[in-house]
Amino acid sequence: MTMTTTQATTRHSVVELTQVSRWYGNVVAVNDVTMTIGPGVTGLLGPNGAGKSTLLHMMAGFLAPSGGTATLNGVRIWRNHEVYRLIGLVPEKEGVYGFLTGWQFVLSAARLHGLPSPADAAARALDLVEMAGPKDRRIETYSKGMRQRVKVAAALVHDPQVLLLDEPFNGMDPRQRLHLMDLVRQLGEQGRTILFSSHILEEVERVAQQIEVLVAGRHAASGDYREIRRRMTDRPHRFRVRSSDDRRLAAALIADPSSSAVSLTDQGIEVQAVDFPRFTSLLPKLARDLDVHLWQVSPTDEDLESVFSYLISRSSA
Amino acid sequence: MNAVVAEITYRAMLGRKRIWLLALLPAALIGMAALLRLIGGPDEHTAVILMEKFSIGTMLPLLGLIAGTGVIAPEIEDGTIIHLLSKPISRPVIALTKFVVAVSLVAVFGALSTFVAAFLLIRDESGVAYGFSLGALLGGVAYAAVFMLVGVLTRHAVTVGVIYALVWEGLVGGYVPGARTFSIQQWATSIADQISSSPFLTSDVSLGFAISAMVVVTVGSLVWAGQRLRSLSLTGDE
Repeated sequence: MTMTTTQATTRHSVVELTQVSRWYGNVVAVNDVTMTIGPGVTGLLGPNGAGKSTLLHMMAGFLAPSGGTATLNGVRIWRNHEVYRLIGLVPEKEGVYGFLTGWQFVLSAARLHGLPSPADAAARALDLVEMAGPKDRRIETYSKGMRQRVKVAAALVHDPQVLLLDEPFNGMDPRQRLHLMDLVRQLGEQGRTILFSSHILEEVERVAQQIEVLVAGRHAASGDYREIRRRMTDRPHRFRVRSSDDRRLAAALIADPSSSAVSLTDQGIEVQAVDFPRFTSLLPKLARDLDVHLWQVSPTDEDLESVFSYLISRSSA
Repeated sequence: MNAVVAEITYRAMLGRKRIWLLALLPAALIGMAALLRLIGGPDEHTAVILMEKFSIGTMLPLLGLIAGTGVIAPEIEDGTIIHLLSKPISRPVIALTKFVVAVSLVAVFGALSTFVAAFLLIRDESGVAYGFSLGALLGGVAYAAVFMLVGVLTRHAVTVGVIYALVWEGLVGGYVPGARTFSIQQWATSIADQISSSPFLTSDVSLGFAISAMVVVTVGSLVWAGQRLRSLSLTGDE
């Protein structure tokens, strides 16, 4: 894939949240979060309703923190329109004028930024997101993925040092998703400070070096993706296994320290694995050695909520 | 003032079917004037009644409502305003630009149509056409500012605006003597009265008060709208 991003920014920007909270009446959406987002790609991961958008809007200057401070390079973000010289924002909400063409929309962004040659900047940004072809069609005729890309182009038109994207991959088809992921990675490698929110671990893992996990408004975990992945896989996993001989397989599983509890039920064996990697390599070997056919191996607690609540229970322990 | 903000706002206001909302009442006004002219004998008294009741009393507040809220409320509602607000442009400048767009629309659709209708009826007799069109213009400026503020303050701008326009301006301002002093349409009539020498037109609000009140209301609404826009929040601010 050929991409001609504008020249890398030389000065690095840092977004800093210090003990930031945000509440609505009695409801606390974000609770005492402190984090520093530096150059490179950071993924803000959390289940729906965790407060990701609230946090991102406070970083983007579209929401006042109820407590704490949000700054860009040490300067307060709230009620400071000058920060948008450095920030590019891709909101989750559609936020595009359907009656404008893609070209007019991105060009208007360039002009609103007061760029010296807005047409060149708009053409470059549209190229970057592969939207040069349909640029003369009205945005209302675009698919969701195309609208998303045009929003990204408008956010990139002034070559910002900081890019904030709220659930940017939603509604994109797999090819567009991969392309945008590549683009975000490249922009991060150029030294830009990029934060994007997502509720999908695999998405975040593919793009971000640094991951911040938010659960129920609290900062549950922080680290590079390997660390987060390890924490997520280190937890006890529950599996349901159905086989040609559940009783024999269960006896062999309980004899190994990778499982802490094994029970036989009408639906098969229920296993609690405490050493996930060991369990996953042990199970097929055991089945082969005992000549047992495996019909079904399915995790019973793989939903994100349970993964995240495990993380937060660890972080608050 | 920002040219890009103005361009986008004009396109949103005048694009496709939106323009008909603005054109409907002025077309009705001019149509009525033409009809009266056709069936013969339009006199100064009829002209003043038409201008006072329909042009200033009905059309102007509704046009002010459509233009004033229309330049900003739909964008806040659907989130497109982020495109303008996430740029290094002062929010009061964005508010001012949108206000100027609203004023220009009220000037063309409100003041100009008022002049055309009055001129059609009685030419420049007693300065009725000049008086009412200037009254409509200045009243329109105040309406545009007030309704733009309403559009920034509440997500229910049109409902609030209709209640204000019909109940306060139409009913209370028209019939309760004390409240007349605080009615934009009475201020507009006062200006018309000042310019026109027609004996059929009387205003009980002094010109000095009308002008000062218009300036205070317009500037106050604009400053408030600009400040409010600086603190516009995106997530669950209600």
